[in-house]
Amino acid sequence: MSDKITHELRLMSGFEMPISTLSLLKADGSLHKGAKAPKLSKETALRIYDTMLFIRVLDERMVGAQRQGRLSFYMTCTGEEAAVIGSAAAFEDKDMIMGQYREHGALRYRGFTTQQFMHQMLSNSKDLGKGRQMPIHYGSNELNYMTISSPLATQIPQAAGYAYAQKLEGNNACTLVYFGEGAASEGDFHAGMNMAAVLKCPTVFFCRNNGYAISTPSEEQYAGDGIAARGVGYGMKTIRVDGNDVLAVYAACVEARKIAVENHEPVLVEAMSYRLGAHSTSDDPSGYRSREEEDKWRAVDPVLRMKNWMIAKKWWTEAEEKTAMENYRKEVLDTLKATEKVPAPALGELITDVYDKPDANLENQLASLREHIAKYPEKYPKTAASVNGEEH
Amino acid sequence: MAKMNLLQAVNNALDLAMANDKRVVCFGEDIGKFGGVFRATSNLQDKYGRARCFNTPLTEQGIAGFAIGMAAQGHVPVAEMQFADYIFPAFDQIVNEAAKFRYRSGNQFNVAGLTIRTPYGGGIAGGLYHSQSPEAYFTQTPGLKVVVPSTPYQAKGLLLAAIRDPNPVIFFEPKRLYRAAVGEVPEDDFELPLGVAEVVKEGSDITLLAWGAQMEHLQAAAGMAEAEGISCEVIDLRTLLPWDVETVAKSVKKTGRLLITHEAPITGGFAGEIAATIQDHCFLYLESPIARVCGLDTPFPLVHEKEYMPDQYKIFEAIKNSIHY
Ligand SMILES: Cc1ncc(C[n+]2csc(CCOP(=O)(O)OP(=O)(O)O)c2C)c(N)n1
Ligand SMILES: [Mg+2]
Repeated sequence: MSDKITHELRLMSGFEMPISTLSLLKADGSLHKGAKAPKLSKETALRIYDTMLFIRVLDERMVGAQRQGRLSFYMTCTGEEAAVIGSAAAFEDKDMIMGQYREHGALRYRGFTTQQFMHQMLSNSKDLGKGRQMPIHYGSNELNYMTISSPLATQIPQAAGYAYAQKLEGNNACTLVYFGEGAASEGDFHAGMNMAAVLKCPTVFFCRNNGYAISTPSEEQYAGDGIAARGVGYGMKTIRVDGNDVLAVYAACVEARKIAVENHEPVLVEAMSYRLGAHSTSDDPSGYRSREEEDKWRAVDPVLRMKNWMIAKKWWTEAEEKTAMENYRKEVLDTLKATEKVPAPALGELITDVYDKPDANLENQLASLREHIAKYPEKYPKTAASVNGEEH
Repeated sequence: MAKMNLLQAVNNALDLAMANDKRVVCFGEDIGKFGGVFRATSNLQDKYGRARCFNTPLTEQGIAGFAIGMAAQGHVPVAEMQFADYIFPAFDQIVNEAAKFRYRSGNQFNVAGLTIRTPYGGGIAGGLYHSQSPEAYFTQTPGLKVVVPSTPYQAKGLLLAAIRDPNPVIFFEPKRLYRAAVGEVPEDDFELPLGVAEVVKEGSDITLLAWGAQMEHLQAAAGMAEAEGISCEVIDLRTLLPWDVETVAKSVKKTGRLLITHEAPITGGFAGEIAATIQDHCFLYLESPIARVCGLDTPFPLVHEKEYMPDQYKIFEAIKNSIHY
């Protein structure tokens, strides 16, 4: 606590420390006057941009596939690619990433293959999560990407604990945790931020402030100066960035990681952006926001902004763009089609992983279930065949 | 009478409750202008204004605590938890606060007006976190009432009763039936009593008991059994806490057999409580062990949802086993 004393009665307002937004790139891809671009190699820039293009294509194609009934559910990252991928690029592979659900760009950046995405979305026997969770709940131990959990904000205090354990282990790794401005209203957010600050955890808290939590606009979500003001309140180094500006996001995150790993302390990054698509395929935003508002944000598209910058640097051409998009469209559709033939997980997977190994009770329940399915094979088409012999 | 689906019946009950009592206030995530992710609160903000129907910040523990505060002050909050799977951040407020408000203060304070509505249950490809049936966590909490309607008619009558009941009520809405269940519902204000089961169909060979969405599977199974000459008495429990022991015991004394079914995992589920009480009341009348057809002792799976569900075929098999015991 500061020990400054005053003899004048005066109340502070919630906006006395206006927090500015770091902005480096203009919409046309040129740098703002006086802005200093972060050190970003051509190789990394290309990898970021390539990931953005892939995610755009994946999102577009999977929304289409959901409409055709080929998968049950989908959520896009559209409009937030710079925030998600630009941040992930500033971390090392050994750093843990804990996402909310709209961060598949970070997972792709780490190397998750198109095939792995499809296995998860189609809940098949090759899904790393064994078909148990809804589409887009990815996870990869190999890529240090914690499996997504639907209950909001639960990953935030976990990220403090994970990072604390990383610090104890002493291998200079940290944890990057993503969450929405809506999720930041949950008690878990406040608990996690406070614990990370007090216990000096190398956690980078990355808030994707995209203006909405389903239908609820951020004006109905919080009354203060965004999420960033709370970082200051918890005694944490904090920065707000233009989330559609990949250079600002990257620069802020390189710095955040450095502070987390070298000083052993948490950092809060708030990226201001906009959810250009529907909340999910179950949602229709026309019931709560206007076309004009969406168009205003479409005009400051983060992918286009990065493309303009890349072209100006002569690191990218329209021709390369065209080829990349065509290739990804084909790859996504071909992979989807091929993956539709992969069978569902075996019935036995129903009882594995509840515990380290199934107990007698679960084994008995599975045995009765098998007997039952054998009696009514036509009612359980996904598993009837496996019950009748083929299963291990 | 009007034809309504279960969602429309909920909406209609909220509308009437708000029209007839200015103290009734509805709030929760996305329930304002948008009318809720399932549209249960459609048009209520337009009709009653933002002060009485509003979006809250995204915090279930906040919503529950806020509702408790309003109720303690004398208002009648009807709070929505977007999915029953997301009620757990509010668990402390509900279990330690709402349920014990009256008792701990020697009845100086209460949260009589409190109702928490929440959609529950599987069968919608929702996987682990959009499918759970957490009723049993709450039935072990004295001070709460736990209500689960299975039809549009019940949804309206029970919700109006829940809102006006002078105790905190958790109202679990079967989301699989929101649009699927359609039926005749009186347009006027009416209440169905809490704590009273409904004998849906009389029969003599076995008593079949369920609540909420599971009634659909139960009735389908009863149909299969009847076709084989087994006479089923079908009971819809409607309220789990406090539950109607008398109606169930009376039926079991007549039929000599009882089958209970719920979607929640079998271990620690509410069927176990019912079975223990009924064997106590009806031990000498029972001709076979009380049967339970329930969810497996696993989290709720996505890809094996069909296999997991205690469906009509599993219930039908259990009926036959009980009869031929
Ligand atoms: C504890 C909990 N409550 C409610 C929900 C339902 N829900 C899923 S996403 C969402 C909105 C989240 O908004 P935000 O955190 O801003 O993330 P965004 O979708 O904008 O990326 C809600 C209410 C949930 N998943 N978990
Ligand atoms: Mg948001």
